[in-house]
Amino acid sequence: MKNEIICISCPLGCYLTVNHNQNKLKNVIGNRCSLGLNYAKKEILNPERTLTTTVKVSNGNLPLVSVKTSQPIPKNKIFSAMKLLAKIKIDAPVEIGEKIIQNIFDTNANVIATKNIIKMKK
Amino acid sequence: MIKLSDILFREVALVIIGGGPAGLAAAISAKKNGIRDLIIIERNDWLGGILPQCIHDGFGIEIFDEALTGPEYAQRFIDELNLLEIPYMLNSMALEITLDKNVYVASPEGLFCFKAKAIILAMGCRERTRGQICIPGTRPAGVYTAGVAQNLINLKNMMVGKNIVILGSGDVGMIMARRLTLEGAKVHAVVEILPHTNGLPRNHQQCLIDYEIPLLLSHTVTEIQGRNRVNSVTISPVNKELESIKLNQRKITCDTLLLSVGLIPENELSKTSNVKLNPVTGGAFVDENLETSVSGVFACGNVLHVHDVVDFVTLEAERAGKSASLYIFGKQTKSKRIRVEAGSGIRYILPNFISKKTDIEMSLRVKHPGEQVSIGFFDGKKLLKTKKFRKVHPAQMIKIKLKESETRAIKTLKVRVLQ
Ligand SMILES: Cc1cc2nc3c(=O)[nH]c(=O)nc-3n(C[C@H](O)[C@H](O)[C@H](O)COP(=O)(O)OP(=O)(O)OC[C@H]3O[C@@H](n4cnc5c(N)ncnc54)[C@H](O)[C@@H]3O)c2cc1C
Ligand code: SF4
Repeated sequence: MKNEIICISCPLGCYLTVNHNQNKLKNVIGNRCSLGLNYAKKEILNPERTLTTTVKVSNGNLPLVSVKTSQPIPKNKIFSAMKLLAKIKIDAPVEIGEKIIQNIFDTNANVIATKNIIKMKK
Repeated sequence: MIKLSDILFREVALVIIGGGPAGLAAAISAKKNGIRDLIIIERNDWLGGILPQCIHDGFGIEIFDEALTGPEYAQRFIDELNLLEIPYMLNSMALEITLDKNVYVASPEGLFCFKAKAIILAMGCRERTRGQICIPGTRPAGVYTAGVAQNLINLKNMMVGKNIVILGSGDVGMIMARRLTLEGAKVHAVVEILPHTNGLPRNHQQCLIDYEIPLLLSHTVTEIQGRNRVNSVTISPVNKELESIKLNQRKITCDTLLLSVGLIPENELSKTSNVKLNPVTGGAFVDENLETSVSGVFACGNVLHVHDVVDFVTLEAERAGKSASLYIFGKQTKSKRIRVEAGSGIRYILPNFISKKTDIEMSLRVKHPGEQVSIGFFDGKKLLKTKKFRKVHPAQMIKIKLKESETRAIKTLKVRVLQ
């Protein structure tokens, strides 16, 4: 089987042609670096993405704090993660890098804050 | 009436207008190059420009070798700025730059006049609106630019709609298509007038293909319907001349239309100082030091030309900060310069003028996507250098280095796509 995919590992966005056979990678054409090779491998076997979204905050200078998964999680877990995060509300202050959920769905990824939120006086 | 006695006059070596990634990097670089007397003017009540609302990742790969989110990328520079004790003014809008480099600033503390030795323009860009692309129809609620929608959703916790059509496949539009889908909205189509996407290929993959969002190329929105709120839009195919045709038109029911139809450098202010602007980029004409047509006024970041990757904004701004400090210390060497021309197939190339005295990195964009494309540099008919690319795309800025030894003896310089 032959798949045309775009490498998302960096903004160069190489167009990759991936030849594979029943989940086994045969070869990759078009990658400018080794990251592209790894990406193609994963994309065929178990595609993963970093999830970036927001979580509600109370008493903060903003009503939301931006968050991300500390490492990519399986693509098929993205929507369940969104559902889980929609239910959460945390208290200000929040510090950039702070853990909000540990090891989400046993993926080994933590959900961490990507922004500082200051606590506002009432 | 404002009296002269109401204006607060200050002398300062360097004024940086805009506190986005460009302004931050320019200030840090100027300080590291010995300028102690400097200030950043920022109209928002935060530093970081557009980055705090860009919560997706993909920033910093070039500089930090990490895929950071927008707010994380901004914070690294804000931390460094604070460490270096560089002063800044928030909620402060630069209103005018006079010919003798006085910068008038309206701030909560009053009206200031900064008498500057040098100025760095780092005002970023703004989004094109419906008015600028002229879509006929009613004027209902529910039409947003993609950046405004991004601000509402990511900073203010306000959802813009449930059934969405996006016009334009720029990066902001594609990123918002994914964001809205994750938040539970249905994105019915991303409609693009050109025969190719207008943003980075990686965003095509991870924002549209990943979520099976339909991309309609060579199509446009020709009418918006709805009385109070958008209730549908008409989509039409376009011909080679990009004119819509009446054949196969269809209506898509939706409550929201997002526009991602381009960014324009925010240069109203630059005009007051007589800086000459390039009609193609909307930004200033600059030389290899990023100095504009007005001596001592420099430009960097999206106000100079719209960048797709913030790392390149930072690197450009660092050079502007260094050039400004050399200028202030009187160490800048003025020499005869030649003009760099964009030939066939090239939308624009920067810098516009070079002195031929140093190695330089040229930034350019092609007009059309292509495969196995060679780009050639010419002095008259003489081919100086070629560079071959497997794929080129107008959304991707191309960087090509020219060595001093390659340019030393040339009389003219023109760049074009080779056939
Ligand atoms: C939605 C979106 C998604 C993006 N995604 C990516 C990505 O995934 N990866 C990536 O690398 N890059 C991305 N970019 C590009 C990157 O964010 C920009 O290139 C970068 O922010 C440009 O920096 P800047 O400092 O030139 O402009 P800006 O960030 O716009 O900052 C300009 C600042 O100047 C201020 N200002 C303007 N006029 C005045 C005035 N008269 N007085 C005082 N202050 C003024 C503004 O308030 C603003 O804070 C994205 C951009 C957008 C819009
Ligand atoms: S293959 Fe390497 S250079 Fe190409 S997009 Fe992927 S990471 Fe970037």
